[in-house]
Amino acid sequence: MSNMNTAMIEKYRNNFLKEVEANVEEGEWVKMCMQCGVCSGSCPLGPYWDHPPQEIFMMIRAGKREEVLSSSSMWMCTSCYNCIARCPRGLPITHIMHGLAHYADRLGLAPKEQPTRKFAKHFWDNLTKKGRVNELKLGLKLYFMNGFGEGIKTAMKMKDVGLGMWKSKRLSIGELWGGHSIKDTKGLHAILNKAREIEEAKAKKFEG
Amino acid sequence: MAKKEYSFYPGCSSQKAASASNYQVSIDSMCDVLDIQLNEIPDWNCCSASIGYAGGGELPRLALSARNMALSEQAHPDQDIVATCAACWLATKETQERLHDDSALMEETNQALAEAGLKVKADKNIRHMVEVLIEDIGYDELGSKVQKPLEGIKIAGYVGCQTNRPFGIAGESFENPKYLDKLVETMGADPVENYDRKVSCCGGALAFSEPEKSQALIKEIIEAAYDGGADMIVTPCPVCQMNVEVYQNHINKTYNTKFNMPVVYYSTLMSVAYGKSAKEAGLDGQVIRAKKLEEIAGK
Repeated sequence: MSNMNTAMIEKYRNNFLKEVEANVEEGEWVKMCMQCGVCSGSCPLGPYWDHPPQEIFMMIRAGKREEVLSSSSMWMCTSCYNCIARCPRGLPITHIMHGLAHYADRLGLAPKEQPTRKFAKHFWDNLTKKGRVNELKLGLKLYFMNGFGEGIKTAMKMKDVGLGMWKSKRLSIGELWGGHSIKDTKGLHAILNKAREIEEAKAKKFEG
Repeated sequence: MAKKEYSFYPGCSSQKAASASNYQVSIDSMCDVLDIQLNEIPDWNCCSASIGYAGGGELPRLALSARNMALSEQAHPDQDIVATCAACWLATKETQERLHDDSALMEETNQALAEAGLKVKADKNIRHMVEVLIEDIGYDELGSKVQKPLEGIKIAGYVGCQTNRPFGIAGESFENPKYLDKLVETMGADPVENYDRKVSCCGGALAFSEPEKSQALIKEIIEAAYDGGADMIVTPCPVCQMNVEVYQNHINKTYNTKFNMPVVYYSTLMSVAYGKSAKEAGLDGQVIRAKKLEEIAGK
């Protein structure tokens, strides 16, 4: 269990709602949910959520900390914004789901093998390295994210897609060596480090 | 009419030999006809799209879009920011609103930007190219440039998610936006009436991580287009375009279907209707060729 997780359990003993309000992006909205279920009915991947959004909101209020944060549910969000557009109470549900997923991951509670979690983390590392996405490296990382054997199988299965993209000049093998980049990567990294530092300092304050 | 200038945020997928490079080709051709000048934001970076949240917290993500806005403010102080990618537009517009509404976030973001000698005001309009077409130029003017009407082609207008929600295009509804159908009509083609997957999700980034679940959604989008008698699908979003076009073989295998439906951008249609060549319209970038458009472009 991560130190941060232990600290948070200690600090917010029996009040998971408060913990979410203080630490999760847009978390202060959770208490506004009136349990109508429009969000769950509007979600394109609705049937695959262990706990659809309105259930997650009630579980937060009921203090089901472990169940919520270790759930694969939030990682089912496709960012289609249907729930936001339809919520009668105006909750920014998409952002709350992203926020919960991020918080669970920071605490080390998110399910390790969840494919969207793994892919999304590769995506972040990929784009922050040079400031722009390297699509080829991202694709290869995706195929091989469950080991080498599995990767070869996936790559074989996907070769028609890759070939189609390559033939239509929408994929370049050259991306393997260098690839697209911004000029001021140093500046970008300094910005991102500072932003992370500010955010961590705020979390520390809650721990304190 | 005087040349219209915008501060342009092209986004990662539009770069040379990237997944939506054909979109950029057609945008350039379309803008050439409409006398629109796109001034690229110098040294722009990725916006982290819709799945940046796993690795990046709120502030690092906002800082990415804030850096682009700051660079735009420096280089093109009096120009609106225009994006062609749905995710780029959404991330930048969301950042603009959040920074504008929350002075503490604004201060923290500027503290981070200062590390690279930048400062953001976040007071620019952040617009999608479609808004420029509809609001700054208008359907009449767009129609007046048509040289080769796309007669006899039936097109399903697939708006998708992120150009539609949560912001959308002014005056349009979330459930049944009409602008893409109107653009199709303006180019002389026939829109599919009541296309019932118009605003459905294609799975977005989860097409990569959850292929089976996403391909089930994509199948419905293509099937509904066939049901409406469509010859092709048109979309304003690079992720929608790629997801709906490139997995059709896999879907055919899984579901025993025979899909072979071209998926193009609004700017592809417009470039062809405006008399540009197949290459200038980016038609050589189709994985599933849009033969009816090639025929018109070749005339």
